[in-house]
Amino acid sequence: MSAPKEKKNVALFVTCLVDLNRPSVGFAAVKLLEAAGCTIMVPEVQTCCGQIAYNSGDKESAKEIASQVIRAFQGFDYVVAPSGSCAGMVRHHYKELFEGDDTMMVAIEELAGRTYELTSFLHDICGYRPEDVRLDTTLTYHDSCSSLREMKVRDQPRALLGAVEGLEIKEAEDREACCGFGGTFCLKYSEISESMVDTKIENLLASGAGTLAAGDLGCLMNIAGRLKRRGAPMKVMHVAEILAGMGEKPGLGEGDS
Amino acid sequence: MQVTSRRFKDSAHEALHDKDIQSAFSKVKGGFPVARAKSAGELPEFEDLRDQARDLKNHILENLDYYLEYFEDQVLLQGGRVHWCSSYAEAREVVLDICRDANAKTVTKGKSMITEEMALNEHLSAHGIEPIETDLGEYIIQLAHEHPSHIIAPALHKTKDQVTELFHENHGKYGFTERITDPQALVNEARSILRDKYVNADVGITGANFLIAETGSTVIVTNEGNGDLTQSLPKTHIAVSSIEKVVPTLEDASLFLRLLARSATGQEMSVYTTFSTGPKRMEDIDGPANFHVVLVDSGRSDLLGSDKQDLLRCLKCGACMNHCPVYQAVGGHTYGWVYPGPIGAALNPHMVGLEESRHLPNASTFCGRCEEVCPVRIPLPKIMRHWREQAFETQVTPKPERWGIGIWAFFAKRPKLYRLMTRVSARALKLMAGKKGVIRKLPLMKGWSSVRDFPAPEGTTFMDQWKKQQREGK
Repeated sequence: MSAPKEKKNVALFVTCLVDLNRPSVGFAAVKLLEAAGCTIMVPEVQTCCGQIAYNSGDKESAKEIASQVIRAFQGFDYVVAPSGSCAGMVRHHYKELFEGDDTMMVAIEELAGRTYELTSFLHDICGYRPEDVRLDTTLTYHDSCSSLREMKVRDQPRALLGAVEGLEIKEAEDREACCGFGGTFCLKYSEISESMVDTKIENLLASGAGTLAAGDLGCLMNIAGRLKRRGAPMKVMHVAEILAGMGEKPGLGEGDS
Repeated sequence: MQVTSRRFKDSAHEALHDKDIQSAFSKVKGGFPVARAKSAGELPEFEDLRDQARDLKNHILENLDYYLEYFEDQVLLQGGRVHWCSSYAEAREVVLDICRDANAKTVTKGKSMITEEMALNEHLSAHGIEPIETDLGEYIIQLAHEHPSHIIAPALHKTKDQVTELFHENHGKYGFTERITDPQALVNEARSILRDKYVNADVGITGANFLIAETGSTVIVTNEGNGDLTQSLPKTHIAVSSIEKVVPTLEDASLFLRLLARSATGQEMSVYTTFSTGPKRMEDIDGPANFHVVLVDSGRSDLLGSDKQDLLRCLKCGACMNHCPVYQAVGGHTYGWVYPGPIGAALNPHMVGLEESRHLPNASTFCGRCEEVCPVRIPLPKIMRHWREQAFETQVTPKPERWGIGIWAFFAKRPKLYRLMTRVSARALKLMAGKKGVIRKLPLMKGWSSVRDFPAPEGTTFMDQWKKQQREGK
């Protein structure tokens, strides 16, 4: 049976962290996109967006990986990632990576124009609003730097979360500040990263919320890992999981039991 | 000044464990950024002005030779002199010669980053001329034999108690023997000492926020008025400026002035904005008899036409560091050379060498706040990334890092192998975590586990689960 014509043909860019660490975020994204009227495909040759190489100065590797992404996501109406960081890499940085390469630029511009971060895609393009999703908790939302500043995602996740019944959003202070993840930054400059994540955590805890949500798994793993190390009781979830009605499952770093 | 950027990690460690530094710099975020946001928000055309300022700076940089020569012509017409210096050494000698011609024993100084770059104070002192910093912050750190930790608030790292001690140690010779702690009293004490210095100085040296080509004027902005006294009381005024400070007209200067203080401190204008045009004329009541402008290149013209030319748009407002979470965490001295924060991370590698300063462009999360607030929209993260690329290409990046990226990229470029690698990793990490849900020690990722637990993977990758579902028809 073929899909009705108006269905958007969406390729899910799973992203490397979701694929390896928290597949449930990918399945939450699929569930949400389907509910929003999309047909989902998951191209098999995808691995990563290449940002690790790009930000480490290894431009050649980044270019090869980017080329792989560009090929993998040809022919879909949209490419959607449950991450502002990876979507931002595809939408904004591939152009810089191939600056001066006119043959590549056509494909890059075309891909950039149809690549979205998940919550902004659901909200802005699909006009989606969660229905019959309930989660009785207080929640604070962390804006990842890439989502906020590269992809201009700020109000969309909050609007979607606002439709979850029983959920109360408590905004934290200085919510636009970086959590100190920064990809390999948190490995290379761990002490500075520690100071940054601690500042972030103080603000998150002071919000009084029981749950933290964000749209980027990198930030979430960093914050959850530090919360666990400090023994601070705050549940950490990807925003897609909450919106897809999976808010009851264990948060990051909580195990199965 | 000695470059200590190689010690970045050690300096960061020390700064992170220094209570005074932590208390001083953690306060930055509640101060300048809040004031900037308010002041920018109150000016509806603020974002448009930023675009105009960026475009105008670009135009100036594309015609820099023209405007500099235009500026020189006008300075000469006004009776002043212009000295072109390609290096710090040359600029130091020029300034020293002028001071010697004036038989100078003491010189007063307004706040200036370029003289900090060229280590002018050390040079003058070594030749028997005493430089006296007159900006209060600069005065404090001069007493402490330190360097600025912020480009507009140089003594940001100093606590009130430290200032009390410094003044107590140094002001006895002026008859101030009491140990005072009240901030206003401290200011008054410094002021009364500096008054005499202004009057007795043989030469006054200032920087320049702008050089105006059409009038041959130099412009400084201050909040203390110290610059005015420095440049108008002594017989000789030397304005030292880097070459990119030139702007075509007074009108153009006003565009930048509307952005400068708002971006820096959140003020609409600094308290004093002072234009100096040539030496004292016959009919002038006061002013210097001699007016010199020392133009310093020192590597700047090498940036023209490069992928880092945008750096030359910098107005030196400090907004990038005010908003930088790394700067807020480690303070200014950690960066190890004149410019701290994002502008330092992007500029210093050019000025002192990438090998010396490779940490600076790497120690950023690319959070993007610096670019978001830069009044002339310098793409600071992009320039830092270019340094990373250069470091990688020229093997300045340490081998373990290169290997790490290499191994990861090897798999990322081969989806089938990558699937196998992630399948094994997801299972192994899950096993390591057991029921706890976290791994406390990761031998190959100590940078992670020295600070955080590692949230364990769910165990089977998304791709494997997805394929299984597809095979089973969901």
